Amino acid sequence: MNKKIRKATTHISQNEVLLFERSSAGKKAYELPPLDVPEVDPATLLGAQARQDLGHMPEVSEVEIIRHFTRLSTWNYAVDHGMYPLGSCTMKYNPRVNEVVARLTGLAEAHPYQPERISQGALRILKMLSEQLIEITGMDAITLQPAAGAHGELTGILLVRAYLESLGNPRKKVLIPDSAHGTNPATAAMAGYAVENLKSNAAGMVDIASLVAQVNEDVAALMLTNPNTLGVFEQEIHKIAEVLHAKGALLYMDGANMNALVGKTRPGDFGVDVMHLNLHKTFSTPHGGGGPGSGPVACKKILEPFLPSPVVVTKPDGTLGFDYNRPKSLGRVRMFYGNFGMHIRALAYIMANGPDGLRQTTEDAVLNANYIRKGLEGAYDLPYKTPTMHEVVFSDHIQSQKGIKTGDIAKRLIDYGFHPYTVSFPLVVHGAIMIEPTESESKESCDMFVEAMKDIAEEVEEHPEFVLEAPHNTRISRLDETMAARKPILRWKPQSEAAGK
Amino acid sequence: MRYLPKSESDREVMLRQIGVKSIDDLFAAIPPEYRLKGDLKIPRAYAESEIVEFFRDCATGSAQGYATFLGAGAYSHYRPVVIDSLVSRGEFFTAYTPYQPEIAQGTLQSIFEFQSMICELTGMDVANASMYDGSTGAAEALMMAARLTGRHKSVVATSVHPEYREVIATYARYQGMPISTVAYGKNGRVDLDALEKGIDNETAGVLIQSPNFFGTIEDVAAIADLVHKKGALLIVSIAEAVSLGIVKPPVEADIVSMEAQSFGVPLGFGGPYCGVMATKDKFVRQMPGRLVGQTLDRNGKRGFVLTLSTREQHIRREKATSNICTNQALVALMCSIFMTVYGREGLKDLAKQNLAKAHYAAGEFKKAGATLLFDGAPRFNEFVILTKTDPYAINDKLLGQRIIGGFPLKKFYPDLGNASLWCCTETTAKASIDAAAKEVAL
Ligand SMILES: Cc1ncc(COP(=O)(O)O)c(C=O)c1O
Repeated sequence: MNKKIRKATTHISQNEVLLFERSSAGKKAYELPPLDVPEVDPATLLGAQARQDLGHMPEVSEVEIIRHFTRLSTWNYAVDHGMYPLGSCTMKYNPRVNEVVARLTGLAEAHPYQPERISQGALRILKMLSEQLIEITGMDAITLQPAAGAHGELTGILLVRAYLESLGNPRKKVLIPDSAHGTNPATAAMAGYAVENLKSNAAGMVDIASLVAQVNEDVAALMLTNPNTLGVFEQEIHKIAEVLHAKGALLYMDGANMNALVGKTRPGDFGVDVMHLNLHKTFSTPHGGGGPGSGPVACKKILEPFLPSPVVVTKPDGTLGFDYNRPKSLGRVRMFYGNFGMHIRALAYIMANGPDGLRQTTEDAVLNANYIRKGLEGAYDLPYKTPTMHEVVFSDHIQSQKGIKTGDIAKRLIDYGFHPYTVSFPLVVHGAIMIEPTESESKESCDMFVEAMKDIAEEVEEHPEFVLEAPHNTRISRLDETMAARKPILRWKPQSEAAGK
Repeated sequence: MRYLPKSESDREVMLRQIGVKSIDDLFAAIPPEYRLKGDLKIPRAYAESEIVEFFRDCATGSAQGYATFLGAGAYSHYRPVVIDSLVSRGEFFTAYTPYQPEIAQGTLQSIFEFQSMICELTGMDVANASMYDGSTGAAEALMMAARLTGRHKSVVATSVHPEYREVIATYARYQGMPISTVAYGKNGRVDLDALEKGIDNETAGVLIQSPNFFGTIEDVAAIADLVHKKGALLIVSIAEAVSLGIVKPPVEADIVSMEAQSFGVPLGFGGPYCGVMATKDKFVRQMPGRLVGQTLDRNGKRGFVLTLSTREQHIRREKATSNICTNQALVALMCSIFMTVYGREGLKDLAKQNLAKAHYAAGEFKKAGATLLFDGAPRFNEFVILTKTDPYAINDKLLGQRIIGGFPLKKFYPDLGNASLWCCTETTAKASIDAAAKEVAL
């Protein structure tokens, strides 16, 4: 008796096809209510502008949609699964109450142009968040309009530009340390400035002597991340501000790393003129698989007149409203008022913490990073021995002797159940391993992470080829990125069309 | 401190292991004079129940229970419930940019599907993973046109959303990109003669919106002809994405810059929304934003990765096509689910209902005595009326009946006097239209 056993090699949920491949004519997932006005004929109303058909848009049923996206979701790793120590990204826990309050009907269905009279609650949220972020940063004024960190950078540098222009000369250059994130130089270019690189010193900080030599009347601003991307606090921050201010230049702070500072120190107190915050990092709004974010820009009094229009004000009758009459404003950087849904979530986060909670959060974030640093010292090369704040940057120097790079170690970490750290950034560290645990990790998960990283270091010594082939436990193995870039396939096409090309 | 997974004794053990006495030793790098001595002056920690209470209070009296005729760049469409049930999965909303494709195929495949559907709908070859919104996307599209043509000037129609135009002005100012405008004619469409005169051999891109800010559908083919004859590129901005269900896609354009909020994204007092840019294959290397591409793994299995990233800031720094990094991924996922729920037939049916409601409303308003402006060209779900009464006064009366009236245009177009812009979607009830018609008569 030779009964053939039929068995799927992997669970069907691991082989979900593209939506288009699920589609067949006549399936549907919607039902519109009956039309309560007379039907119209599109051809009559639109003439030549009427559309004939919708090409290959999918036709599927509701249950298939639920299964499709649910299956896809299970192929992701997320903060909800475990530690996601992606340096510079602050992958902290995203509180559920934030999601609930952001979806309250009165807020979720508010039209941006609805009368101010019925928008008092939304305006109150904008005002309260503004006030609390001003207090947290120690600045004087703020705009919530920018949609992400890089957008905040652009807004901030345009503020600098508008201010300098009002003094008669916008100047030509922006100084950017070699450790900076790529958005900084890209932003300076968008704001019409030339970028001049600033070298770090042996401790990984701004070299004051180089700064003094480079700052002159052509320099509009220095864009500085503090703590910088090595996780190092710029100890001479006040000196840096003085050098700039003495020559009429301003200090811009990239606030991506505010999770190291909230409740412990304030950029406004240590000489920063303008900065952005990433609500999707420091203030727990979810990263959403790549966005949306929100990048408020806080500034000192001298820059306030130039903030994007509109701003929220209390009107003479005591109600809140938008002020559009801002003659010196740099203009608008986004339609409406910014990513309001993220503003709600950030405010809910601040409320849930209060002053004690925010301080404890910062302390725990810094504690975790230092604990991991201590645990991995020796096993991995630590290029900068300067004290660490909320993140620590090792390198693959030891492992690369065996031909194993930071990217390989990252892939192997996946097998241990962790999301990898940030690979190959900052550029000042060759083979960077940038670890930011955040406060959301318990002692146990930090211990497990350290153990995993140490095990991998041993594997590199004993079985480097095993690390090179990682990950081993995922649905798919390493993907051919070169092929993807060389012959880009950026959309689905029906087989007949795809073959014809 | 319910979000922190540590006990006091955990902290002590960890400090000891690190080799410091107190947590403050770890903050020693901060000069003492800048260390905060006391608490931040913000309210005490709230219980979860208090937080919900506070935001409920903020939400009361806003939007809920009102019928609305507002469009003007943000549209009130019904959102199928599967959208929130799927995007609320932690696997989607608590992940980040899919830098590690082996554990991010869910995000990557869904973005690939998003890009594909946007291409199907717009008639373009390639679409990116999203931009912040329609306004910044339009600005970046003009900058892209400048890179592609090597020219530096832009022409923008005054019938493009006024707030988009404000954003464009901000972005263009320091790009050395002078912007001139081209007016609309009597039928609300771009004035072709003026456009012809407005383009010269230094013009890189021409930006129009269709349906435009007045709801009028532009003759994209005719405009494209004219623009291309002068060697410039045509960018078509689409603010009301549902129009694509029934309006001919702008296939003649070189770049389509879209705001996809209509595809299942909450109005949310203006954001987060979902910009997206689409273009022809040959222009892809100058396109800003992330792109997902298809490839194979070591076993020959299909998978998806972020690709063509040499355009982007993390590789090219000041020479990048844009500074954009974080985009609107989760919102793009909402749009994808919306597009899938309605699909090939549903988007058509949905758009048809919008068309019918707006057509009925325009007719009723006209019967009631309002003048219909720009009546000589096709429209989708918005139309402009001129009333004898100040539209703010009309809206005040309607608000008492829990109806939010149309958008008074004098804010942006003072010369249009008492004109206002009204929008009807599938959610607009006939009863609301009839009630509003009574007030616009006055
Ligand atoms: C140091 C730093 N600056 C700027 C950014 C840009 O922020 P966003 O991605 O929100 O635009 C990032 C993050 O991605 C960052 O890590």
